[in-house]
Amino acid sequence: MSHKAGTPHLGSSLSCVDILVAVYWGTLDIDPEKPQDPYRDRFILSKGHAASTLYATLAHRGFFPIEELRTFAEAGGKLAEQPSPGCMPGVEAATGSLGHGLSLGLGMALAGRIQGHSFRVFVAMSDGECNEGSVWEAAMFAPAHELDSVAVIIDYNKWQATGKSDDVMALRPLRQKWEAFGWSAYEVDGHDMGALVDAVRNVPDGSGKPVAIVAHTVKGKGISFMEDDNNWHYRSPDAGELQRAKAELGLS
Amino acid sequence: MRNAFALEVTELAAKDERIVLLSGDIGNRLFDDYKALYPGRFLNTGVAEANMVSVAAGMALCGLRPVVYTITPFVTTRCLEQIRVDVCYQNLAVTLVGVGGGLSYASLGATHHSCEDLAFMRALPHMRVVCPGDAVEVRLALREALASETPVYIRLGKRGEPVIHEQTPEFEIGKGIVVRPGTDVCLLATGNMLPGAVRAADELAKSGISAQVVSFHTVKPLDGRLLGEVFSRYSAVVSVEEHSILGGLGGGIAEWLSDHPGQRARFRRIGTADTFMHDAGEQEYAREYFGLTPERIAEKARQLYQAADSGLRAQVRN
Repeated sequence: MSHKAGTPHLGSSLSCVDILVAVYWGTLDIDPEKPQDPYRDRFILSKGHAASTLYATLAHRGFFPIEELRTFAEAGGKLAEQPSPGCMPGVEAATGSLGHGLSLGLGMALAGRIQGHSFRVFVAMSDGECNEGSVWEAAMFAPAHELDSVAVIIDYNKWQATGKSDDVMALRPLRQKWEAFGWSAYEVDGHDMGALVDAVRNVPDGSGKPVAIVAHTVKGKGISFMEDDNNWHYRSPDAGELQRAKAELGLS
Repeated sequence: MRNAFALEVTELAAKDERIVLLSGDIGNRLFDDYKALYPGRFLNTGVAEANMVSVAAGMALCGLRPVVYTITPFVTTRCLEQIRVDVCYQNLAVTLVGVGGGLSYASLGATHHSCEDLAFMRALPHMRVVCPGDAVEVRLALREALASETPVYIRLGKRGEPVIHEQTPEFEIGKGIVVRPGTDVCLLATGNMLPGAVRAADELAKSGISAQVVSFHTVKPLDGRLLGEVFSRYSAVVSVEEHSILGGLGGGIAEWLSDHPGQRARFRRIGTADTFMHDAGEQEYAREYFGLTPERIAEKARQLYQAADSGLRAQVRN
């Protein structure tokens, strides 16, 4: 998708593939035939720049035909580089500007409480996104309302657009920060599918607190020459690189 | 206006279970009745307006009708990006209510003035912008906002403003209301300047000028039909607002004029200058500072009328 469309953010998209797979196949109570079911679990990709991962996940989970993915970022198409409102079935929120998704998710969880629905809300954020002050407004708000049906998953790939996320801002110690804000906070290997699935299935975790899952990931995961190389925040692969990547992934 | 808002939202919440009230840690005791009746549908979201607006958007995505309430600059400029992206981009049924519009809280300093909020809100796609002129209009505006499917910003004054409407008027967002007839000049007043405009009309009457006063409560969408009428009927039209002359009601009408050239009337904007007030002082002082007293409004309207009148006579002579 990134090669065909010439779009950036491939490294950021690859680091969260396992997270979305774990959530969409491991725990979400959803029915692709009923994307507007009021009782459904919600997932918000707050790091909207990884939209290609969301689109691919939704298509493979059955929300829309896989062929639609070929239209990614095409002029006049529905699959913009960051998800627009209601662009495709299964897209719960328009994102792209960082630091919005968690608060949106908290509003959904509160709505569920008011309406007497027991759905859960999962929000995936980037580590760079934790620079935004609004994230910490939300972080203080959720435990005050005991929103234990909410989980935030932080794709901690250690890079943001132009630097190491632990250097640009004092992000460390990230799990302890969430804990100090009143969350039940866990750390997992964000590429260990078993650990990820266990973590997301354990929401709510019985503590009465919202759940924060700090997922240690690798930017550009899965493609040797992209892994942990932040140039792939902006680059898209050329034809040769695409072939090498496909060969590594065992794709024809 | 503040108390009218509290009464109306409490009444509406009885009829519509989708209504949720979010307060940014203000309104001490104002919402006691609401909270007692609907504790599950009231949230003090703290001094965290960005989160408050996005939470409201999340609720609206699930079918609720959130009303977000705090002091005007903090429910508009403080969280403008959340309003733009989460509320307007997604075109959600979120009602933002700002208390203390314009110079209502003048004594708290320019941090608490809001003379730019209409410009920001007007520029947002899908957003409708309403400045009720008195407590009666507050209730009617809120009623319509909460019955609609799209974002609305309602800008209140504070409390104790004069009530202009002795009877419940026909009210519709986007339609101005003539509150006083007149034949020479037309004063288009929005929000908490409506009483000042009525008093300015009294002043004009003393010098033999008959002024129509319109409650131009909706700043977006502008009432184009009414503008067409008054600009062809009168020789002088004045906008009056407790907001910068840039980008508010006057700015909007100036844009309308550029799209509808050849109008008979001359037009003048009356509002705050493009500056911050640094002085201490209550609203009354701030209105004097910015030339928004009834006497100053009347004086500016009179000048415009006389210039327009002599211009018209010159045209007739030629």
